[in-house]
Amino acid sequence: MTEQPVHRLLGMTDGEYASVVDILDRPPMPAELAMYSVMWSEHCSYKSSRKHLGRFPTEAPWVVVGPGENAGVVDLGDGWLAALRIESHNHPSFVEPYQGAATGVGGILRDVFTMGARPIALWDQIRFGPLDNPKNRYLLNGVVGGIAGYGNAVGVPTVGGEIEFDPGYTGNPLVNVMCLGILKREQLVLGTAGTPGTMAVLLGKATGRDGIGGASVLASASFDEESGAKRPSVQVGDPFEEKKLIEACLELYDKALVVGVQDLGAAGLSCATSEPAGRAGVGMEVDLDRVHTRESGMTAPELLMSESQERMMAFVAPDKVEEVLAIADKWEIDSAVVGEVKAGGTLRISHRGEVVAELPAATLADNAPLYDRPARRPAWLDEVQGRPGPDLSFHDPADLLRDLLDDPAIGSSAWIHEQYDHMLFLNTVVGPGSDGSLLRVKGTDKGLAVSTDGNGRLCYLEPRIGGARLVYEAALNVAVTGARPMAVVDNLNFGNPEKPEVMWQFKESVEGISQACEALEIPVVGGNVSFYNETDGVDINPTPVIGVLGLADPMPGDPPRLSRATEGMELWLVGPEASGNLSGTAVQRLLDDKPGGIPTAPDPATARHVIALAADLAHTAPVLHDISDGGLAVAAAEISIASGIGVSIEAPEAEIFSEDPHRFLVAIEAGASRPAAESARKVGVFGGDQIVLNGSALDVDIGASTYLDALPRRMR
Amino acid sequence: MTTAVVVFPGTNCEHDVVSAISSLGGNARLVWHRETDLDGYDSVILPGGFAHGDALRTGAIARFSPIMEPVARFARAGKPVVGICNGFQILCEAGLLPGALIANRDLSFICRYVDVEVTDTGTVLTNNAEPGQRLRIPLNSYEGNWVSPEGEGRVVVRYVDDPNGSTDRAAAVANSAGNVVGIMPHPERATDRLLGSTDGNVFLRSFLSSLVPA
Repeated sequence: MTEQPVHRLLGMTDGEYASVVDILDRPPMPAELAMYSVMWSEHCSYKSSRKHLGRFPTEAPWVVVGPGENAGVVDLGDGWLAALRIESHNHPSFVEPYQGAATGVGGILRDVFTMGARPIALWDQIRFGPLDNPKNRYLLNGVVGGIAGYGNAVGVPTVGGEIEFDPGYTGNPLVNVMCLGILKREQLVLGTAGTPGTMAVLLGKATGRDGIGGASVLASASFDEESGAKRPSVQVGDPFEEKKLIEACLELYDKALVVGVQDLGAAGLSCATSEPAGRAGVGMEVDLDRVHTRESGMTAPELLMSESQERMMAFVAPDKVEEVLAIADKWEIDSAVVGEVKAGGTLRISHRGEVVAELPAATLADNAPLYDRPARRPAWLDEVQGRPGPDLSFHDPADLLRDLLDDPAIGSSAWIHEQYDHMLFLNTVVGPGSDGSLLRVKGTDKGLAVSTDGNGRLCYLEPRIGGARLVYEAALNVAVTGARPMAVVDNLNFGNPEKPEVMWQFKESVEGISQACEALEIPVVGGNVSFYNETDGVDINPTPVIGVLGLADPMPGDPPRLSRATEGMELWLVGPEASGNLSGTAVQRLLDDKPGGIPTAPDPATARHVIALAADLAHTAPVLHDISDGGLAVAAAEISIASGIGVSIEAPEAEIFSEDPHRFLVAIEAGASRPAAESARKVGVFGGDQIVLNGSALDVDIGASTYLDALPRRMR
Repeated sequence: MTTAVVVFPGTNCEHDVVSAISSLGGNARLVWHRETDLDGYDSVILPGGFAHGDALRTGAIARFSPIMEPVARFARAGKPVVGICNGFQILCEAGLLPGALIANRDLSFICRYVDVEVTDTGTVLTNNAEPGQRLRIPLNSYEGNWVSPEGEGRVVVRYVDDPNGSTDRAAAVANSAGNVVGIMPHPERATDRLLGSTDGNVFLRSFLSSLVPA
């Protein structure tokens, strides 16, 4: 084996290395090379995506903090703010599903409480290969176990999420997690190092060798058979340490003891020193000998690259340091004063009496490479889009419904969400298993709604349409709880960006998401990009995941629930008539080997109208339900199953399994005035003990047991 | 009259308990685990969570926290002491309640509503309930399976359908005097109609009405 230069082993190209030499005007010392390699990794620098992320609309009067900080922050009115962020932990979760998923939860929490917010809820978006493969069952079990093990113990409820299965995720599962926090305006903290003289205090768990190169070696490269050997690059989570760290930090904010805070996630100390210094336009002196470690003999590069979890860097005025250390002591977390902010812009790091790094702090972030990678529409797309849609003519609608309810992505998520504490803090008004989650904000009349949505197949067939429809769907999902959409976070999971086809999918998705956000006038306030989701050269379906935050002010006194349908109620459908196009639908997935066609395009004006209508109706209607996976048939069946009552549907054939966008169901009392929408049409009546689709019947009991057992029976 | 809600590092239900007690007109304050007395308090609740990270096993470290001395004195003096979920586990570890809590039968965390039935109304947590009264409150635990090898223990609330393998379907257990009670499901999570159930108020009202001035 020929010996590789060190920078290549650290995931750095020869060109990037040359840039470092150029910045420093000399070859970098080992610690410096380590710092540049992690900070310039795809994961930390967004070097392949940054150019395109500028397309997102990011401004609105209610945005307090936009993209670029640890989390986005929006104004809820009356002095209240919300902080939100979404992150991926895809590669670590494949290598070690329990710890990968667990540390993903830990990382997103730190992003949110770094802003001064108390994290109040989590949502998980997870994707695997089909469950007939034992490896995929092992991964699902491990990931759910890790989310439960960390989230429950750290004391933040997991109140929703979504799941999808596709053969493309077999070698590369996707594990995304979103977190929401709330804070009062005066508690807002930013990731700034402050002015010269400010002290850098490292709080939390001792630094060890875990996670070294996690960002550069693991998260920013593709998988092959050797991936198991990367297991040492996966961090290990400790929710108890994180819980104490949250409480300690919240007490620091309460007492106004910090100038700024930065969490130590990807790139560890390299990031937590250079980024806050760069943002504040200052330098810093850091003494690595003061860092509390749990292993002896760690080298400077190891200390700077370690991704040991549950650590925070607080920037504190000198006269407040003692009080900060006392609060750390009270909460039984370790702390150490490791540095001091200096004028100028130089980050000088010493170890064992020697200077091991001396570089312009801002260059680690600001001078990161920026690639304009070639993009090309895939040659295979014409063939895929030309495939005919599924032929339903030989199928009985009730049989199809039963098969759809048995789809583990459509069936009940109880097997998953009952392993998560989803009730802590007494805020969960509408919890997992509904369109969107609805949380109350105690002490106010406000409610916060969140929905997260992804759909790899839709985006595979037409990424621009797919990206836009995800935004509209998530927005409608929050609207049916009574909330108005106000902000978006996105997690962009894609394959290898060095392939022009993947880059095209990325650009098109970003374009679709941007257009939909513009149409709804909601800003993107943060996000994450995960590239290199490929194994053995095969890329995943392009899988952007959209999280929409909505504000209900006031919150409906008795919000709609799927379980509130009763005998005699009428079921109405609101939204455009179905086109008959079944491209990208669940029924296509059920009947055809391969997805094909071009999914129905969204319509911005209709979207705006329908979303506003749903948010209004939520204040009076007992049941509102977005039509998505499985169409009217599954949406009506879900209401029927949750309410324990039959429903008889009479509607044009094309409506039954259509997943065309901007459509929802509303149940109203018999004889009540019809929903105030031109497009509203009555499609059914509740009663009896069967779900009847144009005369084809399925017993509610059988539908319910199929729905409830879809996931558990595959996991037994 | 004031209830002490004890906070260990890793406790996470303390604010929920305080807000539920307050919503019923009671008075509750957080007390840090390093405190060594409970002067000025009339009752104690050990709330749910993961005290000391559940290191070794649930409650194993918490029983040595300084606050547990005065909690034990409280219990011996006949004052109301209630443990919810992790608090129940701590009371068993501390020997203030019989038995122990082990992993659920199916080795899976369970967070969902369960139906329970009050079987004994002679305790500080159940004196406002009707005998046989059925209530719906959330369960939220991994080690919720109460075992009592010697057959000891006064089961005061039972699960209608056994979710976790508990001996005698026990959801709540009292000492013989009835002033110390551990309950696995969370009454404080069922105190608001908007969240799905107010049945937990039956237990919390019992608790508040059993307080007598110190």
